[in-house]
Amino acid sequence: MFESQNVSVEFSDVSFDINHRNILSRLNIRIQEGEVLTLLGRSGSGKTTVLKLINHLIQPTKGEVLIGGRTTTRWNEIELRRNIGYVIQETGLFPHFNVSQNIGLVPSLQKWTKPKIESRVREMLELVGLDSKLFGQRYPDELSGGQRQRVGVARALAADPPILIMDEPFAALDPITRLELQQQFRALQRMLGKTVIFVTHDIQEAFYLGNRIGLMHEGKLVTLGTRDEFLKSSHPEARAFIACLDYPT
Amino acid sequence: MFAFFNQYAQEILLHTGEHLILVVSAMVAAIIMGIPLGIFITRKPQYASLVLGIANILQTIPSLAIFGILISVPYLGGIGKAPAIVALILYALLPLIRNTYIGIQTIDPAIRNTGKAMGMTDWQLLVQVDLPLASATILSGVRVATVISVGIATIAAAIGGGGLGVFIFRGIATVNNQLILAGAIPSALIALAVDYSLGLLEKRLMQRSSRRMKIRRRSAIIWGVVTTAIIAGIVFLGWQTPPQIIIGSKNFTEQVILGEILAQQIESNTNLKVDRRFNLGGTFICHEAVKAGQISGYVEYTGTAFTAVLKQNPISDSQAVYSKVKQDYAQNFNLEVFPSLGFNNTFAITIRAEDAKRYQLKTISDTAKYTEQWQAGFGYEFLERADGYKGLAKTYGLKFAKPPRQMELGLMYEALAKKQVDLIAGDSTNGLIPVLDLFILQDDKKYFPPYQAVPIFNRQILQKYPEVSMAIAKLEGLISNEEMQKMNYAVDKEKIPVETVVKNWLKSHSL
Repeated sequence: MFESQNVSVEFSDVSFDINHRNILSRLNIRIQEGEVLTLLGRSGSGKTTVLKLINHLIQPTKGEVLIGGRTTTRWNEIELRRNIGYVIQETGLFPHFNVSQNIGLVPSLQKWTKPKIESRVREMLELVGLDSKLFGQRYPDELSGGQRQRVGVARALAADPPILIMDEPFAALDPITRLELQQQFRALQRMLGKTVIFVTHDIQEAFYLGNRIGLMHEGKLVTLGTRDEFLKSSHPEARAFIACLDYPT
Repeated sequence: MFAFFNQYAQEILLHTGEHLILVVSAMVAAIIMGIPLGIFITRKPQYASLVLGIANILQTIPSLAIFGILISVPYLGGIGKAPAIVALILYALLPLIRNTYIGIQTIDPAIRNTGKAMGMTDWQLLVQVDLPLASATILSGVRVATVISVGIATIAAAIGGGGLGVFIFRGIATVNNQLILAGAIPSALIALAVDYSLGLLEKRLMQRSSRRMKIRRRSAIIWGVVTTAIIAGIVFLGWQTPPQIIIGSKNFTEQVILGEILAQQIESNTNLKVDRRFNLGGTFICHEAVKAGQISGYVEYTGTAFTAVLKQNPISDSQAVYSKVKQDYAQNFNLEVFPSLGFNNTFAITIRAEDAKRYQLKTISDTAKYTEQWQAGFGYEFLERADGYKGLAKTYGLKFAKPPRQMELGLMYEALAKKQVDLIAGDSTNGLIPVLDLFILQDDKKYFPPYQAVPIFNRQILQKYPEVSMAIAKLEGLISNEEMQKMNYAVDKEKIPVETVVKNWLKSHSL
């Protein structure tokens, strides 16, 4: 679907209203191919809405979202979603599918052949550090939280999408597992070169994973820049988040 | 008890087969309509309250009422299996729609949103996520709907739909416990069997729905084949070739006897196959049915035809009543009214003999002074009809302490004897009157019109089978009041099967 494996995501003057409430206003972001953008902000700042605009679960009220240079309204939305990996905090694994079936979901929707799916599933499990013989046939309710999220990431990567959108995927895990997954994810992304938009409310995580960090506040993007640029920001919301860095986590 | 089963085994099998056909046809149709509707309102929730509301109302309407309403509806209605199945479908819809809707709505939204976000089309979401995860709940709805259907299908007999209710109604009308049980026990067993087996399936699905998507194919196929084989076997064993003549009757012993007389007379005098639809829910149902040709004929009473059907004011000249009925039925309904069978079964205002002696009561006028302390019991037709309670009370100035109790005809006489009621509107040929020491009050003001028993047949069917007319014509004037009373007594009190009583009577008249 995409000509190259390197795809950009762009928000051009995007606003989003629902039920006469303004959720996002005049967003302008350009995410480079292969970049990790972490979106930081309080609950309700509009971060999840940004993600939903990328895979066309919702449409902008004003402005355009462009994937690979083409606006989302001109992409076939089913095709678009199959080419964007999706990882959420609750994992959303299908309880009636085993691990292999969960991971193989998008490949099977795309009608890959059975042997191709099987080998890809094995590959993905290995990529996220799970033994395929041990875990392939297990069901989600037999896995720990950390294992489930690894499967979630494996599932998102299975069809080799150029873009990943992730909504606080590690927030529900214990700090040790969380750190582990953060480290492994960073290494993985560097290796695969995916374009990633990663939503979090944890400033440590935002700094660790992001090439650039965007700060959302009440539906507006108030800062956007590298870690150093962020630390120099004078915006009160940014200062508030930075203050949290001094507290033990 | 065993003798009973031996004698009725074929009939029990036949009606069980009918019952299963009613339930299975209705459930298949209801599932085909209900589950997609349930799915539809999960996709378009703005219609949810409308759809669920309608289904809820349908289920709230009492089942007998729905059967009654359907009688007058063209095409779908009338009597017989079709309206019964329609009513069963309407009843099954609510659990099916509601459980499908709830089953899907209560799936964790994170799962459904993820499915959508990963690029599943709505159809893929439905088939791979919604239905498997909702399957236990949906099946629970199927189970509830089926068990309800098995129960309600017993009422189908009241409108000639067959099924195990035939035994129950017949047993109530003739006060025969064995017959009632012959209908009630198999229906209860069917309901239990359905509930148990679907319950097993539900349990398996609940364990697996959160885990496995596929029920093991092989065991599912085996179950399906076995169930179909059992149902098909029962239906086949009970199946009979479609009858050419169908005789109906109203819902009390004398009517069943007369219907049986018509049926056996046709069977012994012609080569035609005769089916019986006895214990239909009343005059109105029989009339509509014979007009529509859903039954070929039944025995009516001239007074009833005159006042209740033709809505004339009652008169006492029996010849005039007969002529008018014969003429109007032919002209307006294309129905043939045969000559009277010989007896006059008028409404008999009946009290206990001891009361008659104590208060020196001979006529209804005599009784008018005492009724204020009494409780009356009447059948629902007597209460509704113009020639019934209203007119009687007006003519004789009758007043009762409490409004009359509405009762089943078969139970009235015992209730009177047991002092549960003090005055009833029975019928003058009833066999229990002499036996229970009851007394018929004279209709001194000649309020009731004559009620001569006449066979009524659908003319189109007579044209097709003229031999039927010849057979029925032979019955003219053959049954006296005493003979009718004796036959009623034989069935009601001596518990001799109707078929035997009728056979003996026909033999005695060398028919």
